[in-house]
Amino acid sequence: MTTAAETGAHVSSSQEEPGFWARVFHLWPVKLVILIIVIVWIIPTLGVLISSFRTPDAVNTSGWWTVFSNLGSNEWTLANYSNVLTSEGFGNSFLNSLSVTIPATVMPITIAAFAAYGFAWMKFPGRQWLFVGVVALLVIPLQMALIPLLRLYTTVNLNGTFPAVWLAHTGFGLPLAIYLLRNYIGSLPSSMMESAEIDGASHFQTFTKLVVPLSVPVLASFAIFQFLWVWNDLLIALVFLGGEPDVRVITLALNNLNGSRGQAWHLLTAGAFITMALPLVVFLSLQRYFVRGLTAGSVKG
Amino acid sequence: MPDTQDKDLRVDEQVLSPAGPEEPDSNFITQVLRVVVSLAVPVVAIVLLWWSGTVLLNEDANRLLVVFVALIIGVLGVFAMYYAMDWLVNRLPERYRDHVLPFVFVGPALVVLSVFLVYPTIVTFKLSFQDRNGENFVGFDNYVDVFTDPGTLEALRNSFLWVIIVPALAVGIGLAFAVLSDKLGSKGEAFSKSFIFMPMAISFVGASIVWRFVYNFRPEGFGEQIGILNGFWTAIGNEPIAWLLQEPWNNFFLMVILVWLQVGFAMVILSAGIKGVPNEIIEAARIDGANEFKVFWRIIIPSISSTLVVVLTTIVITVWKVFDIVFVMTSGEFGTSVVAERMVTEFFTFGNDGKGAALAVILLVAIIPLMFLNVSRFKAQEAQR
Repeated sequence: MTTAAETGAHVSSSQEEPGFWARVFHLWPVKLVILIIVIVWIIPTLGVLISSFRTPDAVNTSGWWTVFSNLGSNEWTLANYSNVLTSEGFGNSFLNSLSVTIPATVMPITIAAFAAYGFAWMKFPGRQWLFVGVVALLVIPLQMALIPLLRLYTTVNLNGTFPAVWLAHTGFGLPLAIYLLRNYIGSLPSSMMESAEIDGASHFQTFTKLVVPLSVPVLASFAIFQFLWVWNDLLIALVFLGGEPDVRVITLALNNLNGSRGQAWHLLTAGAFITMALPLVVFLSLQRYFVRGLTAGSVKG
Repeated sequence: MPDTQDKDLRVDEQVLSPAGPEEPDSNFITQVLRVVVSLAVPVVAIVLLWWSGTVLLNEDANRLLVVFVALIIGVLGVFAMYYAMDWLVNRLPERYRDHVLPFVFVGPALVVLSVFLVYPTIVTFKLSFQDRNGENFVGFDNYVDVFTDPGTLEALRNSFLWVIIVPALAVGIGLAFAVLSDKLGSKGEAFSKSFIFMPMAISFVGASIVWRFVYNFRPEGFGEQIGILNGFWTAIGNEPIAWLLQEPWNNFFLMVILVWLQVGFAMVILSAGIKGVPNEIIEAARIDGANEFKVFWRIIIPSISSTLVVVLTTIVITVWKVFDIVFVMTSGEFGTSVVAERMVTEFFTFGNDGKGAALAVILLVAIIPLMFLNVSRFKAQEAQR
């Protein structure tokens, strides 16, 4: 990708060595349009970021963009963050979100990896049809499962507990996970599998010692996709976990704050930023896998 | 290239080839064993999770401890159960072993999928033909209701507008940005792209708060405007506007949020497509005297048409199921409801299970053709990888 970008840049720039100003103003209409789009794109987030560090009074009496004209003023504070984290319960909700997200990311991966190996390298009747069936399940939007699952959970007394959400996310994540992993594991060289078999390795050994280590890239892609999906989810947490302070996740905490204190912008902006912090870190540090995960996510219902 | 093709052909052949070892016809014990090994792992795991989640939680145990227990069960425990099943099956007489072993691997996944996707889907279909409490069969009444009730008709109309406008704008802007940034140096390109792409990591709820702040409104005489849109609007001499109350334009202001989130996705995928267009073709066109616009419309667009279709359908599916943005911004009031949001409202607020189920079925049925298109495209794309 980098090499392609470089050659592309080469072709479009002129061949002789240009001077500094010539380089700055080279293609200036293109650069101007890009600059405008980038500015429009970051303004909303920038406003939230700046406001979250301003005093309530400052946030309420002047637009956040006015800070650029009087940078020296002492209207800055960290109190919004400490307020939101403690008295508004975002600290607790952050932990709840972690409690929901980590198991809900790991469980489908384990189950899907075994299934993907089975579908790719083991022989049993109906294998092809069962796999087609799994792929077909990609189509089902989670709204289809809400009502029956809620009823089921009510009868077994699982409503409002973490396992209810873990299991729901595991179920909804499995078709994509199996599909992705089956494609990847199935494309490993069959000669490798055969020599493992000749060496006397059982399927279980081949799976754990050979296939799983080789599948790390695709496991990482799915893990990141699922992690962001679960962390950013509101609907499943709202339906199966609910808004009790001891279990509610961070997206729900933000939604509730929006409902109860919709004009307390110093708190809302700080709260919004807390919910974004972890996904942004994941995004910035694991961008490569992130893109692949997102592309793959295009087939999730 | 030929290498990858061969490999993929092989995989497909392997999938299509008839099942392996001779099936011991109607061997009752084999079938029972298969069901048993399939059920064992999920049932034990669910019971353990249920125990960790309910019993421990009710006793006011440390929440981190519960999570820790769940992680142990969810990762090590599940793995250990697979291991144990494998060990047990290997102790079986040889004539059963090879026929049962595959179900140690795929069985648990099939059971989980059956419980959490297949069973609920069937029940939702059934519920959509029953009354609001799921007691009596009412035929197509719920569907008739959906297509006659002004509330749901409004949601259908809005969803229709969403799936037209949002993908068009997101793909348009994403494509423009991909083409233009391609002309920058590789550093400038990567740098500018990451700003557009960043919103993809943000939740719909977070994005909604970000944009509620942009659209913030104060009536004149109630202090300075603190939302940047009204700040700008009043600075150029206009009266402040309550953007989210302006029917029907408020729908458009909500759509802007999703466009803001989705442009990054469109841009990244399309940019990869554009870079895949062979340089020789573009150069040849330039030498033949084609200007940049001609190169774009006659060469780049046709070359990336299949990528364009994938991006469009993907965004259409996302838009069709949008719930959070409307729920957070307006709760579907002021003429802004959409189908996925309306489904939750019918179910939870109005307690009408039948109508909620009918809306869910409508969500599903509309997606099916698009999803099959996407899966086949994704398969082709994976094959080239």
